[in-house]
Amino acid sequence: MNPAIQGLMTIVFGVGGCLAYFFLSNVVLDTFIFPAKGKNAGRNINRANMVRPWLFLFPALLVLGLYLAYPVFETLRLSLSARLPGGGYEFVGLDNYRQLLNESKFWEALRNNFLWLAVVPAASTAIGLLVAQLTDRISWGSAAKSLIFMPMAISFVGASVIFKLIYDTRPAALEQIGILNAIWLQFDGGIWSTITLKVVPAFIIVAFGIVCVWIAWLLVRPMIQKGSRPEGPFIKVVRVILAVLALLLAFKSVTGLISLLSATLAYGQPQTWLTVPFYNNFFLMVVLIWIQTGFAMVILSAALRGIPEETVEAAIVDGAGPFQIFFKIKVPQIMGTIVVVWTTITITVLKVFDIVFAMTNGQWETQVLANYMYDKLFRAFDWGVGSAAAMVIMLLVTPILVWNVYNARKEMR
Amino acid sequence: MDNIAGSKSSLTWAVHISTLLLVILWVFPTVGLFVSSFRTGDQIATSGWWKAMLPSEQVITLRTASPDEAMQEIDGVYVVEGNLFTEQGSLDIGAFGTSSRDPAAAEPGATFDMGDGETMTVLPNGDYRWTSTEELSGRGQRVFVTAEIPPEFTLANYDTVLGQGVLQSLITFAAGSIVVGFAAFWIARQIGFAGPKGVGFIVGILAFALLTWIYGIGTGIRTGAGSDDMGKAFFATLTVTVPATIIPIVVAAFAAYALAWMDFPGRALLIAAIVGLLVVPLQLALIPLLRFHLNVGIGKGYLGVWLAHTGFGMPLAIYLLRNYMAGLPRDIIENAKVDGATDFQIFTKIILPLSFPALASFAIFQFLWTWNDLLVAKVFLIDPTQGTTVMTDQIVQLMGSRGGQWEILATAAFVSIAVPLVVFFSMQKYLVRGLLAGSVK
Repeated sequence: MNPAIQGLMTIVFGVGGCLAYFFLSNVVLDTFIFPAKGKNAGRNINRANMVRPWLFLFPALLVLGLYLAYPVFETLRLSLSARLPGGGYEFVGLDNYRQLLNESKFWEALRNNFLWLAVVPAASTAIGLLVAQLTDRISWGSAAKSLIFMPMAISFVGASVIFKLIYDTRPAALEQIGILNAIWLQFDGGIWSTITLKVVPAFIIVAFGIVCVWIAWLLVRPMIQKGSRPEGPFIKVVRVILAVLALLLAFKSVTGLISLLSATLAYGQPQTWLTVPFYNNFFLMVVLIWIQTGFAMVILSAALRGIPEETVEAAIVDGAGPFQIFFKIKVPQIMGTIVVVWTTITITVLKVFDIVFAMTNGQWETQVLANYMYDKLFRAFDWGVGSAAAMVIMLLVTPILVWNVYNARKEMR
Repeated sequence: MDNIAGSKSSLTWAVHISTLLLVILWVFPTVGLFVSSFRTGDQIATSGWWKAMLPSEQVITLRTASPDEAMQEIDGVYVVEGNLFTEQGSLDIGAFGTSSRDPAAAEPGATFDMGDGETMTVLPNGDYRWTSTEELSGRGQRVFVTAEIPPEFTLANYDTVLGQGVLQSLITFAAGSIVVGFAAFWIARQIGFAGPKGVGFIVGILAFALLTWIYGIGTGIRTGAGSDDMGKAFFATLTVTVPATIIPIVVAAFAAYALAWMDFPGRALLIAAIVGLLVVPLQLALIPLLRFHLNVGIGKGYLGVWLAHTGFGMPLAIYLLRNYMAGLPRDIIENAKVDGATDFQIFTKIILPLSFPALASFAIFQFLWTWNDLLVAKVFLIDPTQGTTVMTDQIVQLMGSRGGQWEILATAAFVSIAVPLVVFFSMQKYLVRGLLAGSVK
């Protein structure tokens, strides 16, 4: 059958079938099972109203259960079993996980995923907040926002092509057609090159390190100081873990700073950016930051608009400057939204697949978990280890899942 | 605000300039792709796209007339004279040479010694004089000329990638769909539907999808360029996207109504479960569902992909629609109940029309997501004959096989992002509204 006709028929049957199901099941319920007449009319109406919600929910619950809930448990089961040569499965306990932990590619993927987690949500949220604030009061702000928001509509694959053109490399004798190399060749090792390529990045790294230490201090402070609110042991553990992670990042930024200052840069040589180990991760991250900034901006812009005008006016009357207003009045008030944006982008980062798959396919030490899993499942056909990798992604998502459910329930009460 | 605090015009200027810089930085990559898709392969390979508006300096290879026909003997010297630009329009020559190793050996007007007693003189307008002390024969001499080529754009890439004349047809369809969309807008406003603009947009987009679809069946969009055929992939993407956008809306709308306006035990728990399912990575679902599809006989076809997208889009659909429906005024629903309306009637006659903005928001999300998806298509939609390869997958394959041919890659990528961009710019309002409602607070 022609796929287009198949598609049209699916729409007609799918939509028509759904409507028919809802209509007929209601009719059947009201006229045959619990008819609203006779001696039990009142009780029947009540019973029918007890059943009706489930009629409305049934197709959706079926789909949700089959396509999202069941796979979680099935993947868990698969990750604990191995395929037998003749077909069928055998329970092997944690063997798949053991094998996973012994593979260097897995550790590389995990390291890169954490790198992505540290950089992409932070950068997207920060730039998004910056743009939201900048465009808040200018006349052409909505046009500017619309253009920065635009990459949201572009597929990860399309964006990969776009950025591959930017990172393109041609031999030194030819003219560069990738903008990054064209700019790179402008640097000749003079004073301006040193300032842009050493001093400015060094400042950024130092600032990042200081922010990490500061965050670690903020996390630990309530536990050290006396007279603070008592907290449960669970929150204390979370605080300590996060603080250690922040300190780890701070340490990383110190080593990064050293390697930056000691590196000799190959001026005048066109670079194949995507094959430079470690740094190529950042070139891939740029693609996701480019896409996600618009999302952060839209949400944060709405939050900034929602800030009560009186608080800002009161600050102005008290003599606060524009930067103080932004950091001390506005940012604290939209902190909740910032966390939401951050976690949402974190989820996207954990699932990132297309960009790595299309641009490097995990070569040159750019592997990430989702692509590693795809590799295991569909190239090596190792379903056990692949499922184990999927469970690792699920494990990383779980804290955010719990947090979201907790907040949603709190809000409904 | 700034005015109250005493005018700080320098800060205002800084705001304008930094915003402008950020916007340029953000738009620059996409513009590069767009411009590149209208340049020939030679142009892309010789100069960066940001120079596309300027004339570019290129080395072109020309040939003199054959000595067998044009040679004259003047004072014991054999001479061939003429103009190099016999076939194409005249250019202004910047340098010339006769060896590919040094194509810019001499200035125009100078006499270049070719060795063996031969010399070559080329004037800026292309007039040449080729002399030799011995008799010349055979083909004409090759001359390499460095010249300024004026900027030039072409639609040839689109003909290569989509098939001859397809771009023009698509533009015609787009114009037709806009007319249809306006008609739908007008009708919806006459009827008094909530959000007539959205109705117009959606009908217009559907009309475009249908026209392209039918065109693909009727005249065979697939007469294009063999394995690179983006036309076929475009068609496959459409086939995936349209049902995968429409079906979840219907299923989710009923469920959302039940969760928003019907009281039953376990409701809060269900809502919490849906919030949880919102973030479950679909990576987990790949293997179990593929096995399930193969076991029940759906296989790796369109049906499987439609079902998978329906399932993966369902939590967001229910969440968005429930939040919106729960915010509708209680009075309307209670009045209808008092008047004797059944739940089914309330839903179809009151809730559904009023919920149009939320339906549109989700439709855009689902459309963008299914159109741009790679992973689900790669797992659930595999056809050994490549008949169902979607555009994203096709582009990834092109990146492997046509890595250096930027004119093909850029055009293919632009074809795939053009439709989402149109949807984005025309329905941004609904997208923003959906984002604001959909991010868990």
